[in-house]
Amino acid sequence: MYSRAYSRLVTIPPLLWVTLFLLIPYLFLFCFSFWQVHAQVIVHSWTLSNYGQLFHNPIYLQVLLRSIRIAASVTLLALCLGVPLAYYVSFRSGTAKNLLYQLVIIPLWVSYLVRAYAWKTILGSNGVLNTLLQYTHLAQHAIGFLLYSPFAVVLTLTHIYTPFAFLPIYASLEHIPRNLIEASQDLGASRSRTFWKVIFPLALPGIVAGATFAFVLSLGDFLAPLLLGGPSGIMISNIVVSLFGAAYDWPLGAAVAVVMLIFVMALIASTERLERKLSFT
Amino acid sequence: MTGLLSLRGISKRFSNTPVLRDVALQIAEGEFLTILGESGSGKTTLLRIISGFERPDTGEVWMGTQRIDTLAPNRRDVNTVFQHYALFPHLSVFENVAYGLRAHRVPENEIKSRVEAALAQVNMTAFTSRRPTALSGGQQQRVALARALVNRPRVLLLDEPLSALDANLRRQMQSELKTLQRDVGITFIFVTHDQEEAMTLSDRIALLRSGELEQVSTPRDLYNHPQTEYAATFVGQTNLLRDGSQLLSLRPEHIRITTRDTVAGANVVRLKGTLRRQTFNGPTDLLEIECENGLKLTVRAPNQPARPSEIWLEWTRDAAVPIKPSCTHERTAG
Repeated sequence: MYSRAYSRLVTIPPLLWVTLFLLIPYLFLFCFSFWQVHAQVIVHSWTLSNYGQLFHNPIYLQVLLRSIRIAASVTLLALCLGVPLAYYVSFRSGTAKNLLYQLVIIPLWVSYLVRAYAWKTILGSNGVLNTLLQYTHLAQHAIGFLLYSPFAVVLTLTHIYTPFAFLPIYASLEHIPRNLIEASQDLGASRSRTFWKVIFPLALPGIVAGATFAFVLSLGDFLAPLLLGGPSGIMISNIVVSLFGAAYDWPLGAAVAVVMLIFVMALIASTERLERKLSFT
Repeated sequence: MTGLLSLRGISKRFSNTPVLRDVALQIAEGEFLTILGESGSGKTTLLRIISGFERPDTGEVWMGTQRIDTLAPNRRDVNTVFQHYALFPHLSVFENVAYGLRAHRVPENEIKSRVEAALAQVNMTAFTSRRPTALSGGQQQRVALARALVNRPRVLLLDEPLSALDANLRRQMQSELKTLQRDVGITFIFVTHDQEEAMTLSDRIALLRSGELEQVSTPRDLYNHPQTEYAATFVGQTNLLRDGSQLLSLRPEHIRITTRDTVAGANVVRLKGTLRRQTFNGPTDLLEIECENGLKLTVRAPNQPARPSEIWLEWTRDAAVPIKPSCTHERTAG
């Protein structure tokens, strides 16, 4: 056992870190959301008008809904890719298991910016894809909607966040006792029946966790819409950034951020509860 | 008895280590056969070849007139009770038992009656809606049995199903298992490393040693007439004697303690020895006796607190069974 003094000592750095870099900034953010800007100066008078503006000006709600739509599409696609991939790596890859796992993880070592730019060179009017399509005469003119559109944002975010969805799904698949799979086959179930009746229900907590990762991360993303979204692909984080930047309306930006924060926290709390409810081990 | 399951020349290697060597075995309809062996003897691999989770390198498995070693596990008329039960944690007891019937698309009303009958058979009717994690080890064991038996397989495989239970529950489950097997009349193939369990339960025991069948016989025969040194020492305790070039096995309970004045009969061997050690064993004592000619013998005698150190022993010549010696380079169990 460690001494009490030692136990206290080791808890100080993380506590300090959380307080300095999380709690205090959140508190600032929360306070700012109730203040106002008058003649380019932030006035510390308490008001709810920022929140009022959020709900009355349709642009904020519109962008928020679009962000949710994009995040939901990314989540769906990440699951469609992540679940079969995780199943394959965990159950069917045999000796290549570690290699495949590493191959899924390696893209995470590459800077996000580099990956987003890569999609820009692929999807642009003079990009790899358009050049190829025109060269093979599959398209007469460059296809415009590939880049600077919600499509480009969804594609890029799916590419970037699928590994994040993959990891918890893979972990939950790895935790399924293999004798359950054998028991299912032994009782006469086919491979697909075994997947849907045993593997899938037991992997559900991991799938929910993976979906939460993909959704929350892409909902708050701002680089992909900035680089590839164009005007029609703007997301809520871009609005926050511009409110804090060019618009110099920190209080309104803070209000958007607080609403987002509450929304995401409620989402995480409910998916966590769902994961616990679905877990059997 | 008609032959139901037939193993023909089964061999299996794992990365160049032979695990099974030319195993041939006939199992009759309704028989309770135990595959007995130490860990690493290949007994679980043999079971997995029958259930279909391993393919033999050479050899064939036949059930009646059908060759089954080429079939996938879900296409064999065989069910398994797994070592750690392998109950589905997300399904209720009822749904666990119903699993095989649903996989075979049995009509819903039939499922209900068959599951209830199977659970009644193992006295688990009261736990129908429980989750497996809310059950004790013995209860999980019963559910695993019901889940396998409800499908009415032609052969039931049991992979050390009692090894996780404590001694008393284990004995109780042994007798329940035996009764159940008689009631349902299904062929049981039971794998264990516990020789007492094997003797209590089985119609026949197949003793497996380093991937080869050492002896296949009834428990009584295996105990009373072991053919090899390994069989004699692995099943029960024994004394190994030498008569010329012939090796003999003499069970400790076949040696009688007698007195100096007893007259030896024609077919009786008499020896005088010194008591070296006495171990209390419940109903009996185990005595280690060093005879005058240097022979060390283990003798089983009714328990008695104090004995004289000088002891006379005798046994009939027939009690010492001739056996084949084990190859010296291979390990023998004590």
